[in-house]
Amino acid sequence: MTVSAEAAGRPAATVSQRLLRFIARTPVHIALLVIAVIWLVPTVGLAITSFRPRDQIQASGWWTTFNDFAFTLHNYDLVLENAGMGSSFVNSVIITVPSTILPLAIGAAAAYAFSWINFPFRDTIFLFIVALMVVPIQMALVPLLRLFRDLGISDWYVGIWLAHTAFGLPLAVFLLRNFFITLPRDLIEAARVDGASNLRIFMRVVLPLSVPALASYGIFQFLWVWNDLLMALVFISDSDLFPMTKRIVETQGTYGAEYHLLASGAFLLMIVPLIVFFALQRYFVQGLLAGSVK
Amino acid sequence: MSSQPVPGPVVRPRGRRLRTIFKNQGWQGLLFIAPAVILLGVLVAYPLVWTIVYSFGDTNAKLDIARWVGFDNFERLFTRDRVFLNRDDFPPEGALVNNIKWAFLYTTISLSLGLLIAVLAIRVRYESIIKAIVFVPMAIAATAVAIIWKFVYEPDPDIGVANAVLTNVFNVDPIVFLGRADTVNYAIIFAYVWASTGFAMVVLSAALKGIPEEIIEAAKTDGANEWAIFRRIQFPLLSLPMAVVTVWLTINVIKLFDVIYVLTRGGPGNSSEVIATQMFDELFQNGEGGYAAAIAVVMLLLVTPLMIYNIRRFRSEKVVT
Repeated sequence: MTVSAEAAGRPAATVSQRLLRFIARTPVHIALLVIAVIWLVPTVGLAITSFRPRDQIQASGWWTTFNDFAFTLHNYDLVLENAGMGSSFVNSVIITVPSTILPLAIGAAAAYAFSWINFPFRDTIFLFIVALMVVPIQMALVPLLRLFRDLGISDWYVGIWLAHTAFGLPLAVFLLRNFFITLPRDLIEAARVDGASNLRIFMRVVLPLSVPALASYGIFQFLWVWNDLLMALVFISDSDLFPMTKRIVETQGTYGAEYHLLASGAFLLMIVPLIVFFALQRYFVQGLLAGSVK
Repeated sequence: MSSQPVPGPVVRPRGRRLRTIFKNQGWQGLLFIAPAVILLGVLVAYPLVWTIVYSFGDTNAKLDIARWVGFDNFERLFTRDRVFLNRDDFPPEGALVNNIKWAFLYTTISLSLGLLIAVLAIRVRYESIIKAIVFVPMAIAATAVAIIWKFVYEPDPDIGVANAVLTNVFNVDPIVFLGRADTVNYAIIFAYVWASTGFAMVVLSAALKGIPEEIIEAAKTDGANEWAIFRRIQFPLLSLPMAVVTVWLTINVIKLFDVIYVLTRGGPGNSSEVIATQMFDELFQNGEGGYAAAIAVVMLLLVTPLMIYNIRRFRSEKVVT
């Protein structure tokens, strides 16, 4: 601890020393400023564009808008009504909510068994499930298309719910099991001795103690499904059912590079993830980091 | 939950009683995992096996196997398919080569930028703001990222900000970034670096803060400057998290689909095609189910070793969670 003693003994920095240090840091500040600009400009540009009238977008860059500012919500009107983003927003919610809750519930139940119940081949089965995390969605597309067609569920949301649930499950089981086994053993055993059933221990002891892990996975899966394009392209063919990602791609195909529509559409798509980000930043970062195994 | 004392004979030792309770619950365990196992079996494992079977055949319009072709699909992919791998020219081109290009460039740039930002941001008071700014694109759908960058890259310098800077600041003619075979890949790689550098930054920043203060202070007392501290202490200690990030970014590259699909559909020509976009086109445009399945099998083979490595690392190093 000699180091901290020495640090404590150091005289407080004078104003000139602090100024010197700030100047020495100038290159750092400049570099960070450049980085901030590069990371902000593309999004800000599109955001401003989404509020500009179509003829202005085509006539002058969004960075000139501060000279002749003409704010309009007309683009949002157009994209919500005519381009169908309004109903697509609802469709995205309808797709995402079950696709998040189902793997969360089913995965948590399985994770509980893998951590706190003894049964034959437990660890082997767990290993198999974890191994399925590898599988790219492409590996299932052709057979799933056939399967859903044969079962007659290719016309509605059931197919995409099932596909998202199944492909979200390995990660859910992996993450939640890794969290559940860190719960104190005495707690679970005490509940068992008191005669609590597994269902009761799962619902009343394990789940309430695991809210952070459940939230992290839940947020990751929610964003994953909300932002997904591939599954929507493959499993949703009825244009009344399109989620926002697929609707934007379709809008781009129909109207071309019409940025008054694309910009406002992209912002509607981004709004929910951004709210999640700013409201639940801690869980959000944890969820994305944990989910990055996928 | 009842807190009554355990009924029954007191003589029974507690440990044995626990064990018998535990043993008899085996069937309950199976009940708890049943939904997960059934779903995974029907919707992941069974299709996986079928895709491998499909990859040895040709399908008809109804996705039934019309005839068996053995390894012909794979042979065609690697020898006769100029979209997937074009070996006529040097350097070779095609979707597979693009994925390799991506794996090198995207991974290196994303990792270095993430490290740079983490190292710089730790020195300033507004660290959290910078990190939030760089991390936010991680939340955005690749579809939106594609729209954002399509707009940045617009050839008209009165619309696209990249060309506005080129013409007004550097006095260069506008570049049609996404319309030229020699620029399109780098343009998309840059867009995707922008979207996902936040991941590398957050992981490396956390690892950087995990290095004990005493080590740094001791080095400072010995007269080490900031560069020496970074080069001799911080960088070596970051090698494990950097390996994890590299593997994750590479997995990302192999699965890469959305951003290219929305930005260029693999064009102009086939110059920005990658494995996943080609697989999609073979299946939905050309109706070649068997051939698409073979491409999917190649994806699986590429991603498997990386994934095994990553899970091992994640579990042993506890870099994350």
